[in-house]
Order: sequence, then structure tokens, then C-alpha cells
Amino acid sequence: MKKKNKRVIPGFGISMGVTLTMVSVIVLIPLATLVIYTAQMSFPEIIATITRGRVLSSFYVSFITAFAASAINAVMGLILAWVLVRYEFPGKRILDGMIELPFALPTAVAGISLTYLTTDSGWIGSFFAKFGIQIAYTRLGITFALIFVGIPFVVRSIQPVLEKLDPSYEEAASVLGASRTRIFWKVIFPEVLSSLCTGFGLAFGRCLGEYGSIVFIAGNKPYYTEITPLIIMSELQEFDYPSATAIALVMLIAAFLILFINNLIQARNTKILNGNR
Amino acid sequence: MNQNKQSGFVKWLLITISVLFLFVMLVLPLLVVITQAFKSGVAAYLKAVTDKYTVRALLLTLEATLTAVVVNTIFGLFAAWTITKFKFKGKKLLTTLIDIPVTVSPVIAGLIFILLFGRQSLLYPILKACHIKVVFAVPGIILATVFVTFPFISRELIPVLETEGTDEEEAAALMGAGAFTIFRKITLPHIRWALLYGIVLCTARAMGEFGAVSVLSGHLRGLTNTLPLHVEILFNEFQYVPAFAVSSILVILAIILLVMRSVLEHKGKTTKKPL
Amino acid sequence: MKKKLLSLGLIAVLLTGCLTGCGSNKNSVRMINVSYDPTRELFESYNEIFAQHWKEQTGQDVEVIQSHGGSGKQALEVSNGLEADVVTLALEYDIDAIEKAGLIEDGWVDEYDDDSAPYTSTIVFLVRKGNPKNIHDWDDLVKDGVGVITPNPKTSGGARWNYLAAWGYAKERYNGDEAQMKEFIKKLYQNVLVLDSGARGATTSFVENNQGDVLIAWENEAYLSMLDCPDDYEIITPGISILAQPSVAVVDSVVDERGTRAVADEYLSYLYSDDAQRIAADNYFRPVNEEILQEYSDVFDLNMKLKTVHDFGGWDSVSAKHFANGGIFDEIYEK
Repeated sequence: MKKKNKRVIPGFGISMGVTLTMVSVIVLIPLATLVIYTAQMSFPEIIATITRGRVLSSFYVSFITAFAASAINAVMGLILAWVLVRYEFPGKRILDGMIELPFALPTAVAGISLTYLTTDSGWIGSFFAKFGIQIAYTRLGITFALIFVGIPFVVRSIQPVLEKLDPSYEEAASVLGASRTRIFWKVIFPEVLSSLCTGFGLAFGRCLGEYGSIVFIAGNKPYYTEITPLIIMSELQEFDYPSATAIALVMLIAAFLILFINNLIQARNTKILNGNR
Repeated sequence: MNQNKQSGFVKWLLITISVLFLFVMLVLPLLVVITQAFKSGVAAYLKAVTDKYTVRALLLTLEATLTAVVVNTIFGLFAAWTITKFKFKGKKLLTTLIDIPVTVSPVIAGLIFILLFGRQSLLYPILKACHIKVVFAVPGIILATVFVTFPFISRELIPVLETEGTDEEEAAALMGAGAFTIFRKITLPHIRWALLYGIVLCTARAMGEFGAVSVLSGHLRGLTNTLPLHVEILFNEFQYVPAFAVSSILVILAIILLVMRSVLEHKGKTTKKPL
Repeated sequence: MKKKLLSLGLIAVLLTGCLTGCGSNKNSVRMINVSYDPTRELFESYNEIFAQHWKEQTGQDVEVIQSHGGSGKQALEVSNGLEADVVTLALEYDIDAIEKAGLIEDGWVDEYDDDSAPYTSTIVFLVRKGNPKNIHDWDDLVKDGVGVITPNPKTSGGARWNYLAAWGYAKERYNGDEAQMKEFIKKLYQNVLVLDSGARGATTSFVENNQGDVLIAWENEAYLSMLDCPDDYEIITPGISILAQPSVAVVDSVVDERGTRAVADEYLSYLYSDDAQRIAADNYFRPVNEEILQEYSDVFDLNMKLKTVHDFGGWDSVSAKHFANGGIFDEIYEK
């Protein structure tokens, strides 16, 4: 890191003030209410609530499907980013522009159309049905929907890094006789690894909490395709606020941890990048 | 770029995989929306999209989106400036907090605002006395939209500002320029395209928000239904064609936005290069 | 840039003004009816005749704003501050929850006739044309290879009637032997392919996405699905079912504050008028008025043996026993 005097640039007070105020009003205070409501329960009660069989299995379902979807997205995201940055081909701009579509399509609409596609009479589902694979109303279906939701995160995290990556390293390695796979793993992969982690983390966090599209495609069978957000909804249905908030708090802490670790990686990454200069 | 060195096979294999993947994951769902929307012909489609409730829902969606974009732009500029131009303790914690709305489940996002402003909250009597309705009214919807799109603009700005460093700003400060002047003359030109890009993303995401808004809206027909909620309602009324027709409005708006984004990015790149 | 932002902000403010500015004047009144999913068509027609009726009586225009959704979720939203003048929900239990929140006064059930349920319904089966799986009564649903579609009683109030109807059948069949009854319910839910979060979602899974062999549905929902494609489905009425009583109530604290008690009260009373009862019947809800019900005897199977929730000790005990955490519905899914 460069050495510099502290705060040469004016305006720290006001910009910090505005930032903190807005973070508090929009994020911190609302999230704090969640903690306060959960605190109405005693600690053993909270533990009992979040370790019920159905809740635990919903954590498992949410976790495993989100993980699978983000892993697939990590691989596909890397390929997509690579293709979008390194190759020129007709229709590239269109491909590039489509990446953010999952943000703009309401999750409910996405869920309905994805279910329509993947039931055994749908366009995609009928193809897989021939091999005896059912997508809609299984964990596979949940993963499918989560892949849709998570696409933009990985691609958009890696893309800028790949764009900045200097091809001269690769050329040098190539001149020195390294094979292409070797170049990829030794030269390119280490450079994009941390942004890949960031994208993976963001997609993972987003997928853990996804609700709108999943309820349509999941089938919601307890112990099989019941996700945690749905459990929260059913606790609310029973007017059981403390349980709902307790489970919500677990998810919130998970989301926070994922992001925090992510930011640590990112910070390390910037340090390395700046140090290289 | 040194495409010549890449073997053509790998190149086209990767392109094929990408195109296939995006086709299955993104294009097919859109095709479903479009084909279903026009299943009963153009007249039925037009009737659905010009319905009184659809138009009101569209207006509300635009209102919530605009507000979210304005609030988040202001926030994004301040936050990005604070985080990249100054050193202070707890920076990682702050960036984590800013990012949290992306990963918080929409259900939870709705729930927290109900807990904060709903009837069982301590604030409720005060709001009531001032005749301010938050939950199950337009402010709640706007709040939820702002929440879910909160980090979108700052996330775009921070990496750009980080790579720019602080040298130019410091130099200007030493020459005696005020904070606002520095921002306007030095920082803003660097981030112009990133900012526009962030705005487009934020708009796209705000338009489509469903989960959190659904918890906070109360689904009052013609009053607190946004476009995505209106789709859900139509769907629940077994009006599949109108439901998909209304969805297609969102899809079209999204495509317009993304085309805009693509153009902006292209412009951004071409103007950046001489720098 | 800044100018752009300013103008954007200005537009936003203006729009807010437009949307919220349209207040009410003396010659019109606006009320909110928070209802559940399957009543959309019913209230769409009813609101029209009620508006006429109210205009004739008082000279005032009335605009009724509808909100529909899962019954339990709607009750929750009203308890949380959604300002409904009247609630017309799927079951007593949900209105009781609003009462517990302190918004409705005790004794609302006796406020209107027939337990404040102006129309009733029951639970029937919808099967595919020709009834390929030969389904005639509840015990056909637990056979191997029968795919059942029903929503999740934990998230859908309406689905609790489905569950209770099956429970009622099991009670009769096994003479109240709980172990066998539980076994029956367990088998039934093992046959469930998709446990949607709401009644309309379940219908969609069955009708649009072609899932399962039988949909356990409200009678009115089953008829609505028949309307769209009469050649694809058949309605089967089981021997035993349940009398589903969707209840209505005035939300006391809201109407007192807004001064809309008169119109809200009349809105619910008028549901018992002959015209309204016919509208209910036209939308396949069973009218409580016996004479009008008889007029529609060709539509409704009046020979079904219908139990009521009181046969099971009322909603409080049913809910605690079956749907609370660790209740029977959780038990049957435990391994």
C-alpha cells in the first residue's frame, strides 16, 4: 500500500455522516428489530426452534441446492466471462446484454415459466423425462431455478478482472512453451480466483434466501424440497413471530458471514493488485 | 487480443457452451412468457396491458423504481466516496453492511419492515398520531424497493474509484479545492459510466422486485399493487394470458434497459481509452 | 447529471402526489375488503350489486377495494396494520387471530347468521376425464400409485379444510382409533406429489402443469377449473366431507376510526340477501339460504355427509393438535 497522510481530502465528516445515517436507517435499524424480536425467546428456546427436524432439513435443502447452483454458476460464469472478454463473434453484444435479465424478471414470473418448462410435459422437462429424470418438484428443480437467479453475479464479478488481465503474461508463458491448460491454471486462474470467490459468495447468499421463484418449482414437500424461507412463511402463518424471527436470524447471520468473508478476500485482493503496480 | 493463438476449436466450443447455457436458462423462460402472452391473440394481449389496474400498477412500479434509483444514487455516491477516498476503522464491516440487502432473503426483508413499522411495533402509535402509513401503503413498497437495491450503485462505483486511487484528489485538495469541487471536477468524470451502469442495474432490479414488496403491500387492488404483484394476482385468478401479458411489459422494459446499458458501456469504453 | 437527478426526484414527488392525492369526498366512501384467494369472482360481482344497493339506500357512491391472498397471510397482514374495514376469510381461526390482536371485538361469530358464514363450501376431488385411476372416495387416495395434489395446510388456511375433511373420513372409518387415523393421513400425504403454498398454486400444478391424478379442492375451485376446460376433468364427491364455513367480520377498530361502520355492516348483512345468495351460488359457493340452495340442487351434491369443525372441537384445538409445531402434520412427515 502507498503511504499517505491521513485524510488530505476534505469532506470526510459529511460523506461519512450521510453514509452512516443511510446505512442505519435502511439496513441497520430494520435488521436490529429482528434481533430484538428474537431476544424475546430464551436461548434454549431459540436453540430448540432452530434445531427442529423440519427446520434443520430445510437448512440442508437450502444450503445444498444453493451450493450446487452457485458451483455450476461459478464454472459457467467463468466460461461466459472468458467468452465475453476474449472472443469476438457475431451476437456477442446481445449475449453480454442478457446476463442481467434475471435481475429484472420478477422472481414469481421466473418461477412460473421455469416450472412450465421443466415439468415432464414442458420443453425441457419432456427431454429429460425420456431418461427418467424429473426436474420440476425435485431438488433438481430448485437448483435449476437458483442457477437462473445467480447467473449475473459470477459473470459480472469476473468480467472486469479478466478485462484488466494483461495478455502479455500468457504470451510470455506460451513463448516459454507452457501448454494452454497449464497457462490457464498457473497464470489466469490465480488472477481471477478471488473475484470468482466473490461472485460465488454473492450468488450463494442470494440463492440461500430466494423465495419467489422456488415456491412454484419446488413442490414444497417437507424434508425433501422445503426451503428455509418457506418455513419462515409457515411460522408466520401460525402467528409464531418469535420462531419466524429466530429462523430468519440464522439466515441473516449466514448471509452476513458469507459477505464478510467475501469482503476480506476482496480487500486482500485489492492489496495484491495495488502492490503489483 | 491475441485470438490467433487460441485454437479455433476451444474458442467455438466455449462459445457454443455459453450460447447454449444462456439459451436454456434465459431465452427459453422469456419465450414462455412471450408465447403465453400472445396465446389468445393480439387483441387479448392489448386488452390485458391496457387494463385500468395494469396501468395503475405500472405507475406505482415506476414511482417506486424512480425513488429507489434517486435514493440509492445519492447514497451510492456518498458511500463510494467515503469508502475509497478515506481510511478509517471498520471499513470492511461497513461494506458488508451495505452489501447485506443483496443476500438477505426477500421474505426477511419484508418481515423486518413489518416488525419495525407494523402494528405491534413501538413506532406504530407515533406514526398513527402523525397519520403516516408505512406498511401496506406506498411508502412501505418504496422502502422495500430501496432496501433490496441498496448496494447496487455503490457496488459499481467502489471498484472503479479504488483503481483510480486518491492521488488526483489529494493533489487537488493540497491546491485548496473544496470537497464538492474535487468531487465534481475530478471524481465524477471517472465514474460517470459506472454510475450510469449502476443506475440501469438498480432500475432493472427495482422494477422486478417481488418478495419483499409482496410482504409489505397488502395487495390492495389499484392502490398498492406493483406490476409483479399484479402478475401474481392475475395468475391466481386463473387469468394466465393476461398474467403473462403483464409480465411481458416487465420483460420489454428490462430489455430496453439492458440495451441501453450495452450502448452506455460501449460508449464508456470508447471514451475511456484516450484517458 | 445533477439536473437529471433533480428532475427525476421531482417526477417521483409529483407521482406520489397524484397517487395519494385523490382523496374521498362526502358523496363517496371507500372501503377495503380483505379476502382470500377463491372469492375474487364472487366479490367482483357482489361489489357491483352492493354499490347499487348502497346508492339506492343512501345516495352515496361506494368503492370497494379488494385484497386477495392466502387466508392466513391476509389475517396476519390485517393484524399487522392493513386497514381492512371488513374481512371475509377462509376460516374462523384466521379471524380469531385478528381478534386476538385486539382489532375485532369478541363475539363476532354471532354477529351475523349461521356463524357469520353467509356462504359455505365443501371439499371435493377433481380428477382427469374418465377417472382413469377410479377414484370415488377418500380411501382411493391412499392407494399406491395415485398422485395427489393439495396445498400445504401449514401455509394455506383453505388447505386446512382439505386436511380436516380427510381426518373426518378417517375418524368415521376407523371409529376414532387415532393410531389408524394418523396412519391414514400419513399415507395420504405420502401420495402428495406437490405441496403448493396456496390453493390456487395447487390448482395450477394440477391443471396447467398436468401433475397428479387427483386434486383435493374446494368445490367452487373445482367448478371453476371445469368451466375453463369441461372436457378434461370430472368432479368426484366423496361420501364424507366437511362443511367449510368461510367467515366474515367487521374490523371494529378500523371502522370506528374511519367512521365506516354503517357501510361495512351493511356490506356484510347484504351478503344474506336473495340477490347476493344467488351470486354466491353462481360462483359455486353454497348459499346458506335453504330455498336458494334448493334452486341450485342440480349443481351441488346435497347428499354428501358434511361434518363441521365443531365435530373436532373447534379451530383452536384442531390447530394446536394438528398444525402447530410438533403437531400431527409434523409427525406424519417424521421418519
